[in-house]
Amino acid sequence: MLSLIVFLPIIAGLIILAVPSSQKQIIRIVSLLAALAQGVLAVLIWRAYDPSLPGITAGPGGSPLGSFQFVEKLPWISLKLGGFGSLNIEYFLGIDGISVTMIILTALVSAIGVLSSWTIQKQVKGYFILYNLLASAMMGCFVALDFFLFYVFWELMLLPMYFLIGIWGGPNREYAAIKFFLYTLFGSVFMLLVMIGLYFSVIDPVTGNHTFSLVAMANQANYIKSAILGPDNAMWRYIAFAVLFVGFAIKVPMFPFHTWLPDAHVEAPTPISVILAGVLLKLGTYGMMRINFPLFPEVFHASMYVIGIFGAINIIYGAFCALAQQDLKKMVAYSSISHMGYVLLGLAAGNSEGMVGALYQMFNHGTITAMLFLLVGVVYDRAHTRQIDKFGGLASYMPVYAAIVTVAWFASLGLPGLSGFISEAFVFVGAFSSVTTRYIAMVSVLGIVFGAAYLLWSLQRMFLGKRKPDAAYDLEIGSDGHEHIHFHDWKGKIDLDARELTMLVPLVVITIFLGIYPMPVLGMITSSVNKLVEVLSPVVLR
Amino acid sequence: MFELPSGAEIQSIIATLTANLGSFVPEIYLSVLFMLLIVIDLVAKGKKNNLLSITTLLGLAGSIFFIYQQHFLPAGELFFGMYVLDEFALFFKYFFVLSGMLAVVITMADEQFETEVKSMGEYYALIIAMVIGMIMMASSADLMMIFLSMELVSFSAFILTGYFKRNPRSSEAALKYLVYGAVSSGLMVYGFSLIYGLTAQTNLINISSELSRHGYDPVLMVLATLLVLAGFGYKIGAVPFHFWAPDVYEGAPTPITAYLSVASKAAGFALLMRFFYIAVPHGGPVYEDILGINWVSLLIIISVASMIYGNVVALWQKNVKRLLAYSSIAHAGYILLGIIVMDAFGTQATLFYLLSYFLMNFGAFYVVILIANKTGSENLEDYRGLGKQMPLAGAALTVFLISLVGLPPTLGFIGKLMIFSALLAKGSLYLWLALIGIMTSVISLYYYMLIPLNMYLRESPQSEQKNMNPGLTANIIMALLMALTIYFGLFFQPLSDIAKHSTALFGLKLY
Repeated sequence: MLSLIVFLPIIAGLIILAVPSSQKQIIRIVSLLAALAQGVLAVLIWRAYDPSLPGITAGPGGSPLGSFQFVEKLPWISLKLGGFGSLNIEYFLGIDGISVTMIILTALVSAIGVLSSWTIQKQVKGYFILYNLLASAMMGCFVALDFFLFYVFWELMLLPMYFLIGIWGGPNREYAAIKFFLYTLFGSVFMLLVMIGLYFSVIDPVTGNHTFSLVAMANQANYIKSAILGPDNAMWRYIAFAVLFVGFAIKVPMFPFHTWLPDAHVEAPTPISVILAGVLLKLGTYGMMRINFPLFPEVFHASMYVIGIFGAINIIYGAFCALAQQDLKKMVAYSSISHMGYVLLGLAAGNSEGMVGALYQMFNHGTITAMLFLLVGVVYDRAHTRQIDKFGGLASYMPVYAAIVTVAWFASLGLPGLSGFISEAFVFVGAFSSVTTRYIAMVSVLGIVFGAAYLLWSLQRMFLGKRKPDAAYDLEIGSDGHEHIHFHDWKGKIDLDARELTMLVPLVVITIFLGIYPMPVLGMITSSVNKLVEVLSPVVLR
Repeated sequence: MFELPSGAEIQSIIATLTANLGSFVPEIYLSVLFMLLIVIDLVAKGKKNNLLSITTLLGLAGSIFFIYQQHFLPAGELFFGMYVLDEFALFFKYFFVLSGMLAVVITMADEQFETEVKSMGEYYALIIAMVIGMIMMASSADLMMIFLSMELVSFSAFILTGYFKRNPRSSEAALKYLVYGAVSSGLMVYGFSLIYGLTAQTNLINISSELSRHGYDPVLMVLATLLVLAGFGYKIGAVPFHFWAPDVYEGAPTPITAYLSVASKAAGFALLMRFFYIAVPHGGPVYEDILGINWVSLLIIISVASMIYGNVVALWQKNVKRLLAYSSIAHAGYILLGIIVMDAFGTQATLFYLLSYFLMNFGAFYVVILIANKTGSENLEDYRGLGKQMPLAGAALTVFLISLVGLPPTLGFIGKLMIFSALLAKGSLYLWLALIGIMTSVISLYYYMLIPLNMYLRESPQSEQKNMNPGLTANIIMALLMALTIYFGLFFQPLSDIAKHSTALFGLKLY
């Protein structure tokens, strides 16, 4: 099951490889079918998922696989190493509450990304091959329970992303693409060293060999006391934690490692922005929850304060930057940084409320930001500009568009009744109830105010009022006597067309539904988050 | 003063030599092949056909059979300790024969030979000569033998580098190679003479036992090691003995560049490992050299300097062959990391890295040749838009370059993983070396990606459509090399087992 959901896009990519590049429609349809099949599988997994099993780690005396579901575990590589014993790598997939929501999110966003890619006209074949490779790699990261396998998927994402930004991106794409590549690689190569160090420090209790299994690594009883990352080497454990944290923080992206994100977003084509904001950023915080924190719980405890401060900086700094942007996409990119700050803050709280909020915020941020970038893409397709002050009064000419924008914008600023509110509320409840992050949370609340400011201000400038003199469109008086909007070389429908509605409506529905009734997601994640909090709590520490 | 051996002694010497010949079959076979090629060239002179290349290819393939037979012979010394047969040497025998075969294959693909060169006779013969020389380098157990085999390789390489006689860059490269080669061999021989002076021995094992039995003057020993390293460092192209590399790599015919960058470098590493593992004593009181400088610290300095210098200077290169030259300097640094660890795991990682380097570097140069056939250029600027015109070549080159960076799911990643694992298996002792290796490999991403950047992200300036298909055979070979790079990146067990099996050196007390 999990193998299938991971490798479906790659299979689609191989099929596309055999299709002649002139058959653009077939290529798109194959990709769409793969994405839809992924979606169906994700729904099946969701239905069959048992929310009472926590996962995270194998508890003391528990089964070696812990309580993971849909587990696939095969020996992959078993090397004899000269004078050292053996190197064992497993093909080990499985999910728990942390990953199941992310799988659903990934399948959803991938499918919407395919639809959004319909307008790509340049080198369609190459585009979809890379897109499918990326989709597989993302999915792989969320289901891998072997650190080595995780790392392979993690790095596999970089190259397709580089080309997708670099070939199909905007004018400054070369710079943005290599910046993205170098930043993320810089983070992940150090992860490689930590991975090797962990391998030498952890013993699989069942086989007695060293192991890359994240499940075994998450149980502190499996560490060799004197090994380099064993309990006796506190200094190295702190360093390893910091290195991993930076590696994941670059992906989040956390201040001060965020500068690649606005560049990448501005240059990337719309579907890639959607994937980037919708899924890739989540991998950073997912990595923290899956690897960084449970493997080094005592270091996490010592550094909750620091993580919280960085979260607050992200929230406020991101909001300030968003406030200053003239480019709508850049504004959304910075709002994304700001909103990922809530995730960090929730994680830093270290209690169930905060962690649930963080994980729920990851899901909601995925759907809401995907929506924001799609909406930016809609207006950019038509007007070929994203300058906020080149618009005005759009609401009266594009009512459906304006309505969806309003929902998305309000969801993003955390209006009650929409999904973003619930997750942010949880994050703040968690952060306030934790002694460590209480004061940080007080400062962070300001972020909501600034968030409302830039969102409402941009909404007002673009959609309300009248057409500005230098706007990116003209107004014509139609035969019916009403004013109509006219974009210079846009042949399609002025308001949202069917394809755009197909992408946006499900997201709108999810946002509203999960804002009113969040239990479908919360129910799935709670037991895992509680287990994670237990693993992280100092009581369990030896 | 000097007594003539008696008749009985001569009889026994001859008997030993004859008996040892049985363990020397691949070398004899290759020497016969070498002479056969010269004869064929004389007989079939002037005829434009593939007779020579096919004979070389098949001949080299045939030698694999004889090398395989040697697995069943006992490991040990031959010819009174001049030569050894062990699994380590066998690994390199396969390695060099396969390199020779790939060099022939990519020579056949290179159209530059048709315009630049009239006769290919000596060319293939010299490739064989180099194979023989490198095999002997990997099997030498005596200072005399080391020097002789190294010179055999060097002289063949000088001629091959300058094979485009009418091309001034090729001749310049050959001359530079020769001058640097002469200097470094001279230094190395001086180092050998110091070692001989210290021990009165030329056999590596005897040197080791003499040194540990009687002790030695540390200053002299460090000096001797340094001088010997000049010779080995020249072969592996490591800083500060690298100055020839960029010019030679750029000027030489591209198949020779590939051949030098893989096989000749590997031969240098084989020799370096055998010399330092066997001849220099490890541990014990005599190991404490002056100011704590011993050969390991010398290697560490060289390795770090190579990684940093090679990767940083490559950032400014505008010519792909030159860029790959600096990359090969950097890779010498990575491979040295495995030797520095000084244990079985490190040796295994080193051999594994050589295998991965073999595949990805030959692959990269092969594509560079195919592209040069079509565009007539190796400049980075002329790679613009090639990704669209030559889709398979572009994809293959990207895979090889990603592998050279060390990203999964390619073989290069596993190579780096093994090396870094070997370093970290020693605890935090060599962590800083791993850190330097990792940081420089991030730097390397930038210049390697310049090639895909030009191929895919930029448009070709001229729009006329000429036939850019490199042909069926070339496409198959390219796809095969690419597939192997990825396949072994995911399922690397066979290669790793080979490397593990080949860590056995005769007379080794290190691990």
